[in-house]
Amino acid sequence: MEEPAIEEGDNHRDVEVAPALISVHPDHKFIVVSIGSDLRVFDLQGGCSVTLVDDSSGPLHKDSIRAIRFGAEGKLFVSAGDDKLVKIWNANSWHCISTVCSEKRVSAVAISKDGLFVCFADKFGVVWALNLDGFDENQVLVEKKAAPVLAHYCSIITSLEFSLDGRFIISADRDFKIRVSVFPKKPLDGAHEIQSFCLGHTEFVSCLAFVCAPDYPEGFLVSGSGDSTVRLWDITSGSLLDTCEVGSQAGFLESNGREEEHYSAVIDLCTTPDGTLVAVAIQSLQGILLLNCDLSAKSLSIAKVVSITGGSFIPTSLGTASCAEFLWMVTGVSTLHGFDSHSLARVRVISGFRIGSPDSVEHEPTMLEDDEIPGGEKLLEKLQGSVSIENKVFSAAAEAVKMAMCNLLIKKQYSADKREFRKRTRNDKKIKQ
Amino acid sequence: MLKEGNSKISKSTHLPRKRFFRARAHSNPLSDSHFPVPISPSHVDYSVHFPQLFSSSDEGGDSKKIEFADVGCGFGGLLISLSTLFPQTLMIGMEIRDKVTEYVKERILALRVANPGQYQNVSVVRTNSMKYIPNYFGKGQLSKMFFLFPDPHFKEKNHRRRVISTHLLDEYAYVLGIGGIIYTITDVEELGDWMNECLEGHPMFEAITEEELEADPVVKLLSSATEEGQKVARNEGQTFQAVYRRIAPSL
Repeated sequence: MEEPAIEEGDNHRDVEVAPALISVHPDHKFIVVSIGSDLRVFDLQGGCSVTLVDDSSGPLHKDSIRAIRFGAEGKLFVSAGDDKLVKIWNANSWHCISTVCSEKRVSAVAISKDGLFVCFADKFGVVWALNLDGFDENQVLVEKKAAPVLAHYCSIITSLEFSLDGRFIISADRDFKIRVSVFPKKPLDGAHEIQSFCLGHTEFVSCLAFVCAPDYPEGFLVSGSGDSTVRLWDITSGSLLDTCEVGSQAGFLESNGREEEHYSAVIDLCTTPDGTLVAVAIQSLQGILLLNCDLSAKSLSIAKVVSITGGSFIPTSLGTASCAEFLWMVTGVSTLHGFDSHSLARVRVISGFRIGSPDSVEHEPTMLEDDEIPGGEKLLEKLQGSVSIENKVFSAAAEAVKMAMCNLLIKKQYSADKREFRKRTRNDKKIKQ
Repeated sequence: MLKEGNSKISKSTHLPRKRFFRARAHSNPLSDSHFPVPISPSHVDYSVHFPQLFSSSDEGGDSKKIEFADVGCGFGGLLISLSTLFPQTLMIGMEIRDKVTEYVKERILALRVANPGQYQNVSVVRTNSMKYIPNYFGKGQLSKMFFLFPDPHFKEKNHRRRVISTHLLDEYAYVLGIGGIIYTITDVEELGDWMNECLEGHPMFEAITEEELEADPVVKLLSSATEEGQKVARNEGQTFQAVYRRIAPSL
């Protein structure tokens, strides 16, 4: 039987692009960039690149990495993605402690505050927990099995976070839902008790982050979404405290004026340790939008846009340490059509990423030049793949983010005719013939 | 719309006739939905559902909330019986097949016309309750939930489409207040066992004793009031029910 012409929506399926990700060690010791299946680690203190050691033979990851994260006060690191492998690393020796097989592709990871559990979410919307009990710095864990703890009904989970006090696990999905579940004492039996749902987004939720301040040790949740808003939530009640429209800001900077739907989706969020600033990466914004977060007034407001000159740098991922004042950004793309297989990434850094009194100029957030970046050229060589990056990377990265979001998160709309056609050619019907 | 609706209404009973609302027996709950969904429970417009009880200007703040939800209400037999049994309670049917939802809508409208003052507390909505329950009800808002004769989804691959599962029970436990009751019934033994196992193993539900079941007038309606239940009775089939109470989880 001849295959009918594939629809536009399916065209992208063979081009599984993954945006580059960045993760910063909480004490600013290591910077990790993932691009495609490649995991690149740079030791900031030693000023050298790190070689990962994995006892299993073959490549570390066989397919695009979709989630990376430091945890347990920087003792652990987790990477996972489309190859359905969750790898847990000792974030000091960079030995792989454990490799866990997931049934489905992994879309998000988180490590519990006590460092005892690694949680990961798969594309069926199920969150799994893995017990790290018995984790020893020098020892390789025996094969462990993860247990399902909660599920979003068949909705891809885009982000997983633990609350600051570790009592709750928060999961966000592509159906605009944010669920706050009590993280129980015995997580392997399931996180059945739901504390709240944070409802208000009208499109997929792409990212979560916590803001905290000395006066508010429990902190508040911020979320970014495809509806071009960043929202502030009280997770205990699930109430929406404030909504900040960021789409207009992004549109303003768009030079060529081509406005597309979903073009100003929020890609990533990063908060300062003092909880006063939120950095926002937006799909069409060449730079970073900084939001002021006033926790006593429970409000978010646009502070300023830090634009990035030289190439259209649209960050695909953000990261910061809890002590240093650097905001790390990466843009990049796994193999995209029309490119050589070499995975390209571009790393930029903003200094002064913390609350600055308005009159002091030295604390202004400023974009660092390549030679000012901590780690210098060595770092760039490791994390980017080469010191200098051609301009076309930027446009490719922007394209990649767009495509990754289209493939994963944006619901496809079909005309009535197309819908009928798709119903007739469903896979399960083909088998019967 | 109204005109079209009228032609589907029986001249003798003044109720809509089912044969004009034929629909497929099953609907895929996994597919992306393209019907409107309220952003949050506070966005549910009660004046649309219960026009005589709520005016559109009502802010709704601390006024009455929906307390019963019939998930997969089908042609609405149970809701109609409950409406007169609990005239002070607001209740809603949730159904994913839009033609069936249309039928129930017409049926309720016709009943309201035929019985002035009655059936004002019942309504129906087209939605995928497996995905959007938290959009309709807040924490602990419901006191009864019904899952009557749900789609059995026999194949193991399709078990995740079942409306009762351990993970979905988390959400049902969230919208049910402590002491709230979840009623399930099926004519498929395999599914009956499955639902019982899921509820039995869930830390936030406990089985209801035989005496309490006897005393609960709603239990009798499970098989007698629903269209599916009557069909089973006609064929002298067996039914399997599981009725559980929402409890506070032990710490």
